[in-house]
Amino acid sequence: MPVKDYIRKRFFPHIWCPGCGHGIVLGGMLGAIEELGLKKKDVVMVSGIGCSSRIVGYVDFHTLHTLHGRALAFATGVKFSRPELNVIVPMGDGDATAIGGNHFIHACRRNINMTAIVMNNRIYGMTGGQFSPLSGPGIYATTAPYSSIDYDFDIVELARGSGATFVARTTVYHVNEVKDYIKKAIQHKGFSVVEILSQCPTYFGRKNKLKDVNEMLEYFKNNTTPVGSQAKKDNPNLIERGIFVQIQKEEYCDKYLNVIEAASKEVKG
Amino acid sequence: MKEKIKFVQGNEACVEGALYAGCNFFAGYPITPSTEIAELLAARLPQSGGKFIQMEDEIASMCAIIGASLTGSKTMTATSGPGFSLKQEAIGYAIMAEIPCVIANVQRGGPSTGTPTHVSQGDVMQARWGTHGDHAIVAMTASNIQDVFEITIEAFNIAETFRTPVILLFDEVVGHMREKLVIPEKEKLQVIERLRTSVPPGTDYHPYFPRKDGRLPMSDFGGEHRYNVTGLFHDMWGFPTDKPEIVHNLMRHLVDKIENDPKHICKTKQYFLEDAKTVLVSYGASARTALEIVNYSRMRDRKVGLLELQTIWPFPKEIVSKICNQAERVIVVEMNMGQVLELVRANVKNPEKVYLCNRYDGNLVNIDDVKNVLRVVEGRGI
Repeated sequence: MPVKDYIRKRFFPHIWCPGCGHGIVLGGMLGAIEELGLKKKDVVMVSGIGCSSRIVGYVDFHTLHTLHGRALAFATGVKFSRPELNVIVPMGDGDATAIGGNHFIHACRRNINMTAIVMNNRIYGMTGGQFSPLSGPGIYATTAPYSSIDYDFDIVELARGSGATFVARTTVYHVNEVKDYIKKAIQHKGFSVVEILSQCPTYFGRKNKLKDVNEMLEYFKNNTTPVGSQAKKDNPNLIERGIFVQIQKEEYCDKYLNVIEAASKEVKG
Repeated sequence: MKEKIKFVQGNEACVEGALYAGCNFFAGYPITPSTEIAELLAARLPQSGGKFIQMEDEIASMCAIIGASLTGSKTMTATSGPGFSLKQEAIGYAIMAEIPCVIANVQRGGPSTGTPTHVSQGDVMQARWGTHGDHAIVAMTASNIQDVFEITIEAFNIAETFRTPVILLFDEVVGHMREKLVIPEKEKLQVIERLRTSVPPGTDYHPYFPRKDGRLPMSDFGGEHRYNVTGLFHDMWGFPTDKPEIVHNLMRHLVDKIENDPKHICKTKQYFLEDAKTVLVSYGASARTALEIVNYSRMRDRKVGLLELQTIWPFPKEIVSKICNQAERVIVVEMNMGQVLELVRANVKNPEKVYLCNRYDGNLVNIDDVKNVLRVVEGRGI
């Protein structure tokens, strides 16, 4: 099925600003789903609130646009109730790691078979450019007019430490990796996290004197390197891309089958 | 399943009612005095293939039951004061997106952590206005174990019929006291399943286009029809919009479907009201005390009756108004600072004849409390 057949054309044009990176994530996500040959009726996409969350309205799956930060909690209900469905959860950086931080670490810990995609543009875009837990120190934002003093999370380390069994990171500059990692994440049995660095020229770029989208994409190109590369050893400031965690561990809904079995014995016994 | 007789506490009767109604998904978080509901469902649900999940917090529990309901499950959660506060945003979501689910709030004293192990009925107004924005809500309660069982089934029936969250506003006394419970055999009590769409696959399905009767047949996530669900105001496809006429119409639909159907939703129990000069209005555990007083008074030929509210929201205005206007005086018996008192006063001709007998110290309102108020308002001295 061509990628365009996964789109709800009725609801276009989309709300994203010119130069926003989120469309590339949308393209990569649909490419991955197409290559996996998933049926539309078998995919549920759940999002929170923010620019990123609007992605679900444009795709022709079962789509659930929820509350700020709570996407993974709603998604857990969907998945645990109907484990046969493919549940994909695109979120923004503030959505996933600030207001939704608790749900994020617990979804990782539970190892429930869903895919979280964190579209990290290091800013709250929809509310007009406030710093997020992924902005990092020294970043200018409307709520950090003298530059941010807040340290940032490393999503890869956060997900790994919380028990996620698949963790990957790339950027929207690396289009093929976006599709490839999302595809591998969906195929992975267990909780998977894909962090995708995306650009917000409207707020992050403007506030931080990055002149245009090209410059922001160049930044992704010049400041990232494949995981474990020599370049990282030479320059520790580079951000690594790649698959950081990929382990097999019994999945939550599967484990619950053991609970059902034990409980049924209790009744018979 | 044959009729069963058990000796159980209210929280267990609530579990039995939920299972009888077909609840097959529970998400929760431990909180006194509601925890037994979660504990019992953790044991019981998997016995019949149902799902129990202990979530990371109260908010997540509320969100999870909404997600699960969309896939076709009958879902509930249980909590108390502080947890009920935390769930409010997601309750508003279930109202806006019209997703059936049941929330049991076994009330304790508040505000804040309050009195976790003591009784209160302080969440009447929070049940009504806890989530932000204009909306309608259904909240129901019960005063004895058999009624807890039956009202829980009713809560599921209303949730599924009207596509709305329904709040079970129990209290610590009813939740923890033990009485006999008769569980009737299957199908003796009515259990309502949600309407599902008959629109064939491949045809345009409008998930948010109400039928003439205001009902919205659903399609389960994972089924043939794919659509968008959002907490934003939305059009008939479930797609966000802020067009004034759509916002206006959706708001009217959400409120009217609940407020305009009191016959199906408003439940009361009436004791000795035909000739009552003094009407007690009460609900939950305090209605037990009130009923005691009615029996005590009738033995002494005093014309006292009881109107027990089982539906608190939407407030049964017409019934309250009709019954209270016939009486010489009304006493509202409750365990808060007069939350239902003001509602009764607002719906009678002579509000100055509506009195309050209440406690808000963590104790059950007792017989002497009501006797004393009764003596004063009936002019029999102090």
